[in-house]
Amino acid sequence: MAHASSLSDSALVASCREGDSEAWNELVERFSRYVYAISQRGFRLSGADAEDVFQEVFARTYERLDDLRDDGALRGWLAQTTRRLSIDSLRRSGREQVTETLPEPADDTWIAQLDEALSVHQAMGELPDNCQEILDRFFCRDESYRAIGDALEIAQGTIASRISRCLARMRELLGKETGEEAVR
Amino acid sequence: MREMYDEEAIARALRDLPRPPEGWIRAAQQLPAARAALDGLVERALADASLRATVLADLAGALRKEGMEPDRRAAAVLRARLEPEPG
Repeated sequence: MAHASSLSDSALVASCREGDSEAWNELVERFSRYVYAISQRGFRLSGADAEDVFQEVFARTYERLDDLRDDGALRGWLAQTTRRLSIDSLRRSGREQVTETLPEPADDTWIAQLDEALSVHQAMGELPDNCQEILDRFFCRDESYRAIGDALEIAQGTIASRISRCLARMRELLGKETGEEAVR
Repeated sequence: MREMYDEEAIARALRDLPRPPEGWIRAAQQLPAARAALDGLVERALADASLRATVLADLAGALRKEGMEPDRRAAAVLRARLEPEPG
């Protein structure tokens, strides 16, 4: 079987359905940031509430693998489930009024932004490990040049140029994908 | 849309999706194994009244014995599956 990380979403769901634990690990890995971002950024859930929603989303996904009508629509299903559970969580904690300041459910702009962000993250998975590591530390974990230099044992003075080179490679990858999509 | 990606847009997209805590990811990945262990425990406890009472008296201990993390979510699921429906 192909390595789980190289599978399309629909192939991944099919493998999970067959009980492939490596595929399940990859599914969680692939969508964990997305689910987390929806509940935390979209609905501003706090630590314990965000964790409950996170675990419940994946528990429901696991339970309902057989019921997914379209394996390729997993991302949309995850988004919808995370939104619904986040709203339930806000209601339970008596913070319904907070939803007035949240994006309207009909306004999918912020979800579209997260969708784009997820596509970028998935493209990042095609970069060499050292590039993934440095971009993740700098942009996602907000680590300083000093912290990155210490962790990766590289000179601080070279970090900015490494980040720049890795971003350039990422642009190439995204451009390549755009070209591939255009000819499909 | 993608041809419009410049480095700043890529950086912003990467910042938009921080990684959740490792423990959350690990727990979600262990879900199938945990679910199988839970199913086994429930099956045995439903067939043995004494075991059922023991499990209900110490949910965390019972989960630990099965090699599971005794977190409140697993305990709540176990209780719900072993306690009779109200009414």
